[in-house]
Amino acid sequence: MAQVHLKNVKKSYGALDVVHSINLSIAEGEFVVLVGPSGCGKSTTLRMVAGLEDISGGEILIGDRVVNDLPPRERNLAMVFQNYALYPHMTVRENLGFSLKIAKKSQAEINKAVDEAAEILALTPLLDRKPGALSGGQRQRVAMGRAIVRHPDVFLFDEPLSNLDAKLRTQMRVEIKKLHQKVGSTVIYVTHDQIEAMTLADRIVIMRDGHIVQVGTPLEVFENPVNTFVATFIGSPPMNLLTGVVGGNQIGLTDGTTIPLPPGVKLADGRRVQLGIRADNIMPDGHALPPTAHMAHVDMKVVLSEPLGTETVLFAQLAGTEVQAKMLNPRPVTPGEVLRFGIALDKCHIFDAETGLNLRG
Amino acid sequence: MTRAKLPPWLLLLMPAFLILAAVVLVPLLLSLYSSFTPYQLTRPETLWKINFPFNYEKALTDPGFWKAFGRTVLLLTIALNLEMLLGLGLALMVAKVQRGQRTLRTMMMFPMMFSPILVGFMFKFIFNDNVGLVNNALQSMGLASTAIPWLVDGNLALFAIICAEVWMSTSVFAILILAGLFALPQDPLEAAKVDGCTPWQSFRYVTLPFLMPFIYIAMAIRSLDVARAYDIVQVMTGGGPAKRTELLWTMIGRTGYVDARMGYANAMGYIAILLSIAFTVYFFLKLQSARRELGMGD
Repeated sequence: MAQVHLKNVKKSYGALDVVHSINLSIAEGEFVVLVGPSGCGKSTTLRMVAGLEDISGGEILIGDRVVNDLPPRERNLAMVFQNYALYPHMTVRENLGFSLKIAKKSQAEINKAVDEAAEILALTPLLDRKPGALSGGQRQRVAMGRAIVRHPDVFLFDEPLSNLDAKLRTQMRVEIKKLHQKVGSTVIYVTHDQIEAMTLADRIVIMRDGHIVQVGTPLEVFENPVNTFVATFIGSPPMNLLTGVVGGNQIGLTDGTTIPLPPGVKLADGRRVQLGIRADNIMPDGHALPPTAHMAHVDMKVVLSEPLGTETVLFAQLAGTEVQAKMLNPRPVTPGEVLRFGIALDKCHIFDAETGLNLRG
Repeated sequence: MTRAKLPPWLLLLMPAFLILAAVVLVPLLLSLYSSFTPYQLTRPETLWKINFPFNYEKALTDPGFWKAFGRTVLLLTIALNLEMLLGLGLALMVAKVQRGQRTLRTMMMFPMMFSPILVGFMFKFIFNDNVGLVNNALQSMGLASTAIPWLVDGNLALFAIICAEVWMSTSVFAILILAGLFALPQDPLEAAKVDGCTPWQSFRYVTLPFLMPFIYIAMAIRSLDVARAYDIVQVMTGGGPAKRTELLWTMIGRTGYVDARMGYANAMGYIAILLSIAFTVYFFLKLQSARRELGMGD
């Protein structure tokens, strides 16, 4: 186990900068998820920690060693790849034991470690098969097993679940979480799936265009997004953003609808802002939004409804913008119906329309 | 007049049958038959005298034949292994080249574009004991005081022939192995790096097993080629001097066309073909098992 520190780490390919001087400290035993849209530099960052990419600038420390110039084999970390990267010519047993064999461990030691890992991941009946004869989920487990047997300082996961189907993904997510609780190693996990990030992470690092946008616990980034990018990236369905102009403690939307500013927000008249409302905070009246002192009401025409069982997601139109709202204890809604929605203003965010920065912060 | 009517499928297949019979089957049967006779080109009537195991017995009890047989196997073994090693090295180096790789690959093919006869003449000149480049170079560098009889001494002549073979055909291995390197998946290699492999270990445990099928394909192709080696040897030494570089096919060629003993030559030819088949089957089985190893199916 070890801490990992990234100090002003940069990566550029020629004139193209893909990671711009990022700083990040990861505590021992912490589960950190790097999340962001494709091309944001999260995989590159992970690969720099692994030693598979050169570092163009800055320093990476694992424990208290600067590892910039160390080859991957001297960094004592294990990596799980998106495409599993199993050795096709080796059996599951050989795949699992390969790193130990390279480390010149005795056969007895290797067998013990392999059997243990196989036990944890329910791979024991598959030990003599080749990867070609395994399903996607099984290969995924072998890839994880290969990482566990080494007892590395740091586990690196590079979008490990993105090739699995939805059900298996949920299952493996739980497995990974359990595994981390059991093994307790430091984990750096890369994904583009915000649900994986929310459910797995001790801390989420949200990246965009090679910059770190926000770092925080899942609840922190969910409740206090620093800007509209984080606000719309984290959480499902994404936060609704309504553009308007401030006037007399109210936001005037383009169609003339006015919504009061959230409590505690003071803004000059005429400032262009975006009001951020999560679907959980805008619900039709009578459908379970607990009344608070800071409610606003709007009428919206429902365009589409997605029943999910315990709740229904309503797609409605407000000032030319599509708004997603939730309806608890749902009843059937016909498209075209106009409903009165309550908005919990104290849970809303206000962003600058130009910079996208959160103005409540 | 009634005509026997052939079923349409037979009628439609007939051209193929006829052509195959004319160009393959008849000559094959004829040569097989003649290997059972003491057929001599100069005395056609000998074709009708069947004397079954005679030619085969004669070949199998002839020490000259066995020497040529052994030499052919030796040439095969040395040439194929050398070509494989050099081709592998060449392919690994060329795969690292970033700029001008296409040109390099084309240049690598040049030796294959020459006729083996010309290559034979070229190496005959290079290894000539009086005017050859090798002796000239060795002597002017002071490494040899007298001319070395490259094409006269049996071992040296075999060495010279192997040089010519290797020069001409290493690129077959290089090209096929290069194709394998291009198809090599990068993920397992990266996994190996993280798993603690040195570059050599990555090569040994990941790259090489993946390349084995490509190597065996090249081996199978080249084993057929080398087992029928005739042209280069014929030009460089003619199997001589005093049969010191005699290979199966130079022996067969001489017996058939110089001594006109076609029956005997055909019998030896059949034995030689068995050797080629044995090598090819061997490499083919290795290829299959290497593919199975990689989970590529059969």
